[in-house]
Amino acid sequence: MDVYGSLVEIVGEGFVSNQEEELYIYSRDSGAQQPRRADYVVVPKTVEEVQRIVVLANRENIPVTPMGGGLTLSGLAVPLHGGIVLDMKRMDRIIEVNEKSRYAVMEAGVTQGALHSHLEKNYPHLEHSMPDAPPMATIVGNVVIQGHGHLSVSCGINSQMVNGMEVVLPTGEVCKLGSCAVSPYWFSRDPLPDLMGLFIGWLGTTGIVTKVSLQLFPKPKFRDLLTFTSDDLDLLPDFIFDITQLNLMDNLFIISQEWPPWAQGILYVPIVSGQDEEEFELKIRLHKELVRKYEGKVTLVEGKHAERMRAARLPVPPVTLGVMAADAKQGGGFEYTGGIVPIEKVPEVSSRSVEIAHKYGQPYLLGYQLLTGGHSMMCGLAYCLNRADGGDVEKIRNALDDTSKMILDAGGVLWKAEAPAQRLMVQKMDPNTVELMKRVMKALDPNAIMNPGNWSE
Amino acid sequence: MALTDYKDIIHRCFRCGYCKFTSDYSYLGFNCPMYNKARLESYSPGGLMWLIYASLIKEELTPSKHLSEILYSCTMCRNCSEECKFQFNEDIVNILKAAREEMVEKQLTPQMVGQFLKNVYDYGNPYREHKENRANWAEDTGIKHYEKGDEFLYYVGCVGSYDSASQKAARALGSVLVKSGLSFGILGDREICDGNEVDMLGEKGLFEFLKEENTRIFRELGVKKIVTLSPHSYNALKNSYPDEFEVVHYTQLLRDLIKNGALNVSGGFTAKVTYHDPCFLGRYNNEYDAPREILAALPGVELIEMERTRENSFCCGGGCGNFYTDILGSGTDAPGRIRVREARDTGASILAVTCPVCVMMLEDALKAEGLEDKLVIKDISEIVNEALS
Repeated sequence: MDVYGSLVEIVGEGFVSNQEEELYIYSRDSGAQQPRRADYVVVPKTVEEVQRIVVLANRENIPVTPMGGGLTLSGLAVPLHGGIVLDMKRMDRIIEVNEKSRYAVMEAGVTQGALHSHLEKNYPHLEHSMPDAPPMATIVGNVVIQGHGHLSVSCGINSQMVNGMEVVLPTGEVCKLGSCAVSPYWFSRDPLPDLMGLFIGWLGTTGIVTKVSLQLFPKPKFRDLLTFTSDDLDLLPDFIFDITQLNLMDNLFIISQEWPPWAQGILYVPIVSGQDEEEFELKIRLHKELVRKYEGKVTLVEGKHAERMRAARLPVPPVTLGVMAADAKQGGGFEYTGGIVPIEKVPEVSSRSVEIAHKYGQPYLLGYQLLTGGHSMMCGLAYCLNRADGGDVEKIRNALDDTSKMILDAGGVLWKAEAPAQRLMVQKMDPNTVELMKRVMKALDPNAIMNPGNWSE
Repeated sequence: MALTDYKDIIHRCFRCGYCKFTSDYSYLGFNCPMYNKARLESYSPGGLMWLIYASLIKEELTPSKHLSEILYSCTMCRNCSEECKFQFNEDIVNILKAAREEMVEKQLTPQMVGQFLKNVYDYGNPYREHKENRANWAEDTGIKHYEKGDEFLYYVGCVGSYDSASQKAARALGSVLVKSGLSFGILGDREICDGNEVDMLGEKGLFEFLKEENTRIFRELGVKKIVTLSPHSYNALKNSYPDEFEVVHYTQLLRDLIKNGALNVSGGFTAKVTYHDPCFLGRYNNEYDAPREILAALPGVELIEMERTRENSFCCGGGCGNFYTDILGSGTDAPGRIRVREARDTGASILAVTCPVCVMMLEDALKAEGLEDKLVIKDISEIVNEALS
C-alpha cells in the first residue's frame, strides 16, 4: 500500500490530504519565511493514530512536522524537508480539571480559547495564563515553544506551568512524564527526573506531545492596568528593577511604536490584580507612588489614552492593539524576532531595533513582555509585511535576520526562532552543547524524521 | 462586486483564526460549521481566503474541482464576518460569494450545485417540482391567493412550499395570519424562488432573472408589503430587491400583532423551549429579539437558551443550498446533529426555530441522533398557532 493509502487506513479518508489546496495552506504561515512544500496533511484523533503515523513515517523515512495553532509566525510548523504535517487540533478533549490541585489535563489540540471558555463556564474562579496570541493557539503549542501568558510575571512562563505530559516518541512508544507516570494524578512535575525538558524548546524534533497537564491559578476578583510613559530609555533597567521589587504585578507590557504618535516613547503597562478590593487598591497605590519617585521622567497616563490601553490590553486575551498593529501595512503578514534579553540590555536592543527598522524603511514596532518576576525581557521586534509583494516579504526577512544577529550580539537568545535564526544560535552555541543536543536528538529519533531542519547547523 | 474588486483585500487575512470561534471562544466546538467538520485549515474562512487569492488572483494554483468543493462546503453562515477582528470583516462573505461566481464562470461547480441551479432555472425551485404543486400545502386551509388591495403578500419560499416538515410551518403561519384578521394572500403557483441561495451559490445571472421576474409579479399585483416565512427569502427580498417593497419576517409581524392585541396568545401552550437563531435572520439581519419577544408573550413558555445563541448561534448546516446539495455531508459531526445535541442539553422539550431550512435540517438531525422522544422541533409559527387554539 502506498503512503497515502496507509495514512487513510490510519485516520480515515477525510482526514488525510495530498491535494494541492491543503498542501498549499500547510506549506506556509503568515510570517516572512519561505514556503516549504508539505507532501501530506494528516489530522489524527487519537494517540494510537499518532503512534501508527510515526511508525509508518519511520518505515518510509518520511519527515513528520507536528502543528498546533500554526501561529508561531516563524515557520516552525512548516515542513522544512517536506513530508507529513500532523495537524493536532482534532485531538481536542479537555479531559479533566482538578479544581483542588488546580490543574487541567487536555489533549494536544485544545486551543487557548477553548480552555479559557471551559474555565469561564465551569470554574470561573480559576484561570490559566493566556498568551497574547489569538485564541486559536493551542495550549501544548505554547508550552513546547516556551511561550508566555498574562501571568508571566507573577507565575512564570507557560512551559514552567506544566505538571505532566504524554508524548509519542519518534519511534512510536507512548511515554508519560511527571507525576502521571507513577500516579493517576497529573499534579506535579517534581520530584522526578525532568524528562519534560526533552520536549520543551526542541521545536518538535524530539517527539509529539499528545497530552499535557497545565497549572491553573486563582482568578482575581479585581484586575486593572496602569499606563506610564517615559522618554528616557536609559532609565528602563532601573525602573523595571524598582517596579519588580514591589513584586505585585501579574504582567508587564512595554510598548514603543512609531505609529500612532501617542505610542512613541516608552509605554509601561503593568497589570495588577487582587482578590480583595483593599489589597487591589493598595497595589495600585504602591505603583503610583513608585512613579511619583520618578517625577519628570516617568508619568502616569490618564484619560483617553489610558482608556484605550485598558480596552486593548486588559481583556484576556487582548485583541485590539495587536490586531491594529499587525494590519498596519494591510498586507496580511506579520513576524517578529522574539529576543529574550537580560533587563540591562533592553535599552541597547531597543535603540538598535529602531535603527534596523529604519534601515529597511519600516516603522518601529516594539512590544515587550517581562518574564518570570523580572529576570528577563522578551523583546518582540515586529514587522508587518505585505504577502502580496514578494519584494516586501524578502526585505522583512532580511530585517528579521539583522535583528536576530543584533539580539545575539547583545547577549540575548532568540525565542521560537525561524530556521535561519536557529542556525545563528547554533553557530554561537558552546560546541559541547551542540554535541549534546545532537546526541539527544539521535537517541530519541534515530531516523531523524521529526521536524528535520530545526536545530541543525 | 466581482472578485477582482476585492483583490487588494483578500490577501490581508492573517489566518489568525478568530473567525472559527464564537465571541467567547466556546469550548463546545468551533462555530464555523465547515471547519468544525473538516478540521483541515483549508476548510476555514482564512484558509479559503488564502486559496482564493492563490487560485483566482495570483494564479499560483490552478482553480480546481477540489477548491470548488471546499468553497461550496461553506454554508455562508456569516460567523466569520461576525468574529473577524479586522476592518475587512464585512467583506469576507462577499469575497466567498464572488469566488463562487468565478467557479460558476469556470464551470467548476460541484455536480449538486449545478443541479440545484438548473432545477431553479427549469422549475423555479430546487426540487424539480412542478409549479402547479407549489401551493399544495395550502389546500383546505382557507388561505387565499393574493388580490389587489390585500395588505400583505405572504411569500412562502421553496422549502416551505415543498418540504413536508417545513410545510407544517407554512400552514401554521397561514392559519395564524387568518386568525389575526389581516388581509393577505399567497402567490400560489405564481410564486418562484426568491433567489437567496442562487445568489449565495454565485449564479449572478440567474439571481438577476429571479429578482426581475418576482419584482414584475409583485408590481403587477400591486404588492406593497411582504411577509416571509423564511429568513432566506427575507434576506433576499429586503436587501437585494428594489426597496419599494416593505419586507418583514413573520416573527416581526407576529410580535407586533401580539403587542397590539390582534393576536391573543395567553392561552394554553406550556413547555420548556430553547430557540435556535437562523443565520439569515440573526447574523445577516440582526433580528434576535422578535422571536424571543413572541416566546416571552406566551405565559406557559420557559425559554432556556443554548450556550451558543444570538450572534454566536451555530448554523444548522443547511445554508446556501446545503440543505439540497449536502456538500457538508452527514455523520455525527454534521452541524445539525451537533445543534440538536446542544438543544437536548438545555433540558428543553421543544427546539423552536423560525426558518424552514432549519426545520428541515434539524428534523433530519433529530432522527439521526435518535432524540425524537426527548425533543420536538417546532417553528414558532406552529407554537403561536397552537397557543391561539
